[in-house]
Amino acid sequence: MKLSKLNLLTLTLVVGLISTIGCKPKGSSSAAGGDAAKAYVAPGKYDEFYNFVSGGFSGQMSVYGLPSGRLFRVIPVFSVDPEKGWGYSEESKPMLNTSHGFVPWDDLHHISLSETNGEHDGRWAFGNANNTPRIARIDMKTFRTAEIIEIPNSAGNHSSPFITENSEYVVAGTRFSVPMGDKVDVPINTYKENFKGTVSFISVDKASGGMKVAFQIETPGVNYDLARAGKGKSHGWFFFSCYNSERANTLLEVNASQKDKDFILCVNWKKAEEYVKAGKGTKKAVKYAHNVWNESTHSATSTIENEVTVINAKDFPDIVYYMPCPKSPHGCDTDPTGEYIVGSGKLAAVIPVFSFTKIQQAIANKTYDGDYEGIPVLKYDAVLHGEVQKPGLGPLHTEFDANGNAYTSFFVSSEIVKWNVKDLKVLDRVPTYYSIGHLCVPGGPTRKPHGKYVIAYNKITKDRYLPTGPELTQSAQLYDISGEKMKLILDFPTIGEPHYAEAIPASLVMPNSQKIYKLEENKSPFATLGEGKARVERKGNEVHVYMTAIRSHFNPDNIEGVRLGDVVYFHVTNLEQDWDVPHGFAIKGASNAELLIMPGETQTLKWTPEKIGVYPMYCTDFCSALHQEMQGYIRVSPAGSNVPLTFSTGTNLPKPTSTPAADTMKK
Amino acid sequence: MRKINLFLIASALLLGSCNNNKSSENTGSTGSTEAPVAGGQENVKDDVSNPDVVKVAVGSKDHSTLVAALKQAELVTSLANAGPFTVFAPTNAAFDKLPAGTVDGLMKDDKKADLQNILQYHVTTSALDVSFLTDGMTLGMVNGDNLTISVKDGKVMLNGSATIVASVRASNGWVHVIDGVLLPPAKK
Repeated sequence: MKLSKLNLLTLTLVVGLISTIGCKPKGSSSAAGGDAAKAYVAPGKYDEFYNFVSGGFSGQMSVYGLPSGRLFRVIPVFSVDPEKGWGYSEESKPMLNTSHGFVPWDDLHHISLSETNGEHDGRWAFGNANNTPRIARIDMKTFRTAEIIEIPNSAGNHSSPFITENSEYVVAGTRFSVPMGDKVDVPINTYKENFKGTVSFISVDKASGGMKVAFQIETPGVNYDLARAGKGKSHGWFFFSCYNSERANTLLEVNASQKDKDFILCVNWKKAEEYVKAGKGTKKAVKYAHNVWNESTHSATSTIENEVTVINAKDFPDIVYYMPCPKSPHGCDTDPTGEYIVGSGKLAAVIPVFSFTKIQQAIANKTYDGDYEGIPVLKYDAVLHGEVQKPGLGPLHTEFDANGNAYTSFFVSSEIVKWNVKDLKVLDRVPTYYSIGHLCVPGGPTRKPHGKYVIAYNKITKDRYLPTGPELTQSAQLYDISGEKMKLILDFPTIGEPHYAEAIPASLVMPNSQKIYKLEENKSPFATLGEGKARVERKGNEVHVYMTAIRSHFNPDNIEGVRLGDVVYFHVTNLEQDWDVPHGFAIKGASNAELLIMPGETQTLKWTPEKIGVYPMYCTDFCSALHQEMQGYIRVSPAGSNVPLTFSTGTNLPKPTSTPAADTMKK
Repeated sequence: MRKINLFLIASALLLGSCNNNKSSENTGSTGSTEAPVAGGQENVKDDVSNPDVVKVAVGSKDHSTLVAALKQAELVTSLANAGPFTVFAPTNAAFDKLPAGTVDGLMKDDKKADLQNILQYHVTTSALDVSFLTDGMTLGMVNGDNLTISVKDGKVMLNGSATIVASVRASNGWVHVIDGVLLPPAKK
């Protein structure tokens, strides 16, 4: 009897499951079974969250909807993007300038969304450049990179761009320690004497978001990995994980894993700020680029800065402390209350959780375990809240929900483990299948997590996605965390290699999204604010085409009188004042890219013709029923030719000499 | 007891999912190409962009007859599209010049095809600034018929029967206000 009941039950469940899948709208079924419906966003409905995801080695930032996992936009940040003309248009080239000159690529690992009072405010997203150290600020109104600042005295800006709870600072801890200052040509094996680390504090202007390297703290030459600001009671402090306290300069795989414990660097940034304000820092000569996009001129400027304020940690004993943390800590995350700091030693068998209150007591009582290169080391047992025992293999990162729970990713055992921050008990674990790296709970790093989901960002996807040659797509996995147990509801592929990501309610971003640029506010020196002002001007061997684009023609669309040896600048103004009607511009043989010009915007493409002939140009962004008609010609004559410089649209001027009267416009 | 609960949950899931199925059929997401009930370009809330040709007409008190006719002819969605369009927009007075009862007759559901034919004869798929309209030019209209432009003393006339009295730039084209209703040529 019991058995048959069980069978009946099983049958019912199976039928239920099959029916559920069978009844589901197309495209929403998956191995996740009955939970996939939770990720389904019906046509005509919007997603609940924006998910800003780092693009890793693509150098870009991508924007997905949650829970659908739909990709909405790839924002070009540190890498050129011919599709959008980023790094190819004359206006955007300065954004990628550095002290090394124009750098067309980088590696964007982490996202920080701006905060007010420890909560998302929907204004800016920050991203780090890991290779040539920089921080970018993306305007969440325009979804465009608004500013990029290079970090001097840094090499490998990995521990970045984590943010304080009122967006006072974003930080940049150097992953590679390097020789700095005047003495940089040194033998590599003099690492211990000559290599230094820095953590930099980049201030963010409250109104404009403008960034400035406020000060740097010089430290012993360790590798800074990740970081989090304190919040609430720990506001004013910052915590940086670091590895290689062995200070090895070769085969770190072995040589940086010698000690049982490395460190988390605790920085009292409020105190450091006071010292800097009191003029106690040292001005050091450096060179770094500061690039700013101007919304009204539709163009970027790049300025090379020459000085930075440095505080040497050794000289200011009350601003930095090293806190021991087992085995090469990676993630270093503060919980929503600001009391607990979770260190994740990649090679550790436990997750240590530190108490901010105990850290303060240990500092007050000087409960030290000696010093590290002159910097006090706090006693491990004195600052420890407790350890999560046997949580999994290879803990990396921790996010939080609003109910006192933590979610830690485990690379080696490929799982997410949910545990309680206070009692440190493991509550649940789910497999992620694909060697998880970072993870994200909407609002997870803030004082008020929005919860609902945890998203895993994964490296390896061999078991599920169709193979695409030697490399497969990277992926994200969405889990419902609204109940006690985490439930997988969706897999979705990602661009580049996703590292950290943040998710924010759509209601904080969507109402501010920019629709058009107003033509009357267009202050580009190359703007053509009306078809009547379209023109072509020669300045020596430069030909400047002041061109307009509106459905469905360019003005001018016939240009003659360009000669070999000329450099042609197409300054194209999109006269549309209508949301979602960009125009594109491309010309045959251009050795750079296309332009994509937003409504009301002006962008410039430089073109150097190499051969005589007539070159077509056309609109590349499907704009209208007559998009295909949106085209023109430019004639290139030999050097020294006497073909006069002329331009027109619709009138066929100059009058043809060999054919009868010009056609009138016929439909 | 626990098993029974599970059974109930399973049944509830079954029912719930089939309800979902019904609603998804209604929104056409099971493979048909029907548009969802809500949404559509004409319903997008956008107070920033310039108004499109429909919104220009809606905003003119002299064009209430035209707007009503566009709605009856189900042309609003199309004209809220990226276009580009040139709409020759007869004023209310122009419609009033038609024989009595003409407009009322066309507004009847069984005359929808006739109404569509007439209104589509007022639209061309191209954004034509009035300066582009030259004497003798022929325009192909959306309904498939041609229209002839004449220009005399700076006045632009259509088929010799209606004159452009004002022009308004819309986000997706031009609205040229005209003082007569254009009638498509009789079918041969």
